[in-house]
Amino acid sequence: MLMEHKEYYLTIADTLLILGQRLSEWCGHGPAIEEDIALSNVALDYIGQATSLYKEIALKENLGKSEDDYAFLRDAWEYRNALIVEISNGDYAKTIARQFVFSTWYYHFLEALEKSNDTFLQGFAQKSIKEVRYHFQHSRDWILRMGGGTEESHNRLQNALNELWEFTGELMTNSVHEMEAIAKGVGVDNVALKDTFDRIVSAIFQEANVSAPADVWMQKGGKEGKHSEHLGFILAEMQFLQRAYPNSKW
Amino acid sequence: MVEVEADLIWEYLKMVEDPEIPILNVIEMGIVRDLTWDEDKKKWHVIITPTYSGCPAMKAIEEDIIEVLAELQVKNVVVDTVLSPPWTTDWMTDEAREKLRSTGIAPPEKGSADKGLLMGKVKDIACPRCASTNTIMVSQFGTTACKALYKCGDCLEPFDYFKCI
Ligand SMILES: [Zn+2]
Repeated sequence: MLMEHKEYYLTIADTLLILGQRLSEWCGHGPAIEEDIALSNVALDYIGQATSLYKEIALKENLGKSEDDYAFLRDAWEYRNALIVEISNGDYAKTIARQFVFSTWYYHFLEALEKSNDTFLQGFAQKSIKEVRYHFQHSRDWILRMGGGTEESHNRLQNALNELWEFTGELMTNSVHEMEAIAKGVGVDNVALKDTFDRIVSAIFQEANVSAPADVWMQKGGKEGKHSEHLGFILAEMQFLQRAYPNSKW
Repeated sequence: MVEVEADLIWEYLKMVEDPEIPILNVIEMGIVRDLTWDEDKKKWHVIITPTYSGCPAMKAIEEDIIEVLAELQVKNVVVDTVLSPPWTTDWMTDEAREKLRSTGIAPPEKGSADKGLLMGKVKDIACPRCASTNTIMVSQFGTTACKALYKCGDCLEPFDYFKCI
């Protein structure tokens, strides 16, 4: 059965799955055990949220697929995630900087999605926003701590923002699939979130004595399936088992 | 007849523990939301809701429900997961909170819709051992998704706090 807004569901789900997969790389490598646990917990929340969306797609498509089919058996060009989640983790400052901008956008995205006229997405947003509140707080605290910490932590954070910034713009754009969903009252207008995003981010950056680089040309295309070379490597690792040993379970 | 069986199943479900906090069962946790009978397909539907999206215990809970009921000769059971309305720690009974405290886990504060969190406010949590409120949060993320890690400034013991959601 053809599912309406499938690509819209995938845009959200893929973005969460890939970020969850990226954060999982810190498991066992965190700078402190508390941070190791924190990022693993955040990763689990994202992967759980993605799972519930894939399950809903499977239910609506009714093709006998499971959530795993969407995660493990699609190639890079079929993924609809924003580019910011696929770029490499870098150092802890870069990982945290990404967490902060991502959670700021995602929190407000979910707040708007609670008003979607798609009842599943409404429930998904109500559920997820409670978790994302904690993710936001965690990353915000670290931005303040690194920005106001030693010269090295401050410089690392500023460098991270310089490297990361070109990938932030895509979050506040609407892809073709998102525009279709917005037109039906299902999707969230990301462009409308930009003012709130800018206001919150610049207030925290000011407090942390760092700044977002000005006049950056923004990368985009991930949400339309045009990805950086990084995504292929993530999928190769994530999908290896199902590709090498189809239908294996444990 | 169906009503009688429903009452029984609700009783049976109390035997299903939360795998991460075995002192509480899935009813006390507020994870089981409803029980319905599908007359056409002759099946019981146990409706559950996740505590956290990423809670790895949910899959185990689903399997445990089917297993426990099967052992009690209720075999035609399907477990459905719903997200709305979202689970909240406010659904935990006072009894459940007391049980948590008695095992060394500080129970969640009431009032889950906590926007103060966004502003960086941290609540005063009482130590489950000595009741002192001279406690500090060590990490917002603890041993499981639902807990934060605290330390008591008086008895010096670390403890888990079941955080509000
Ligand atoms: Zn104490």
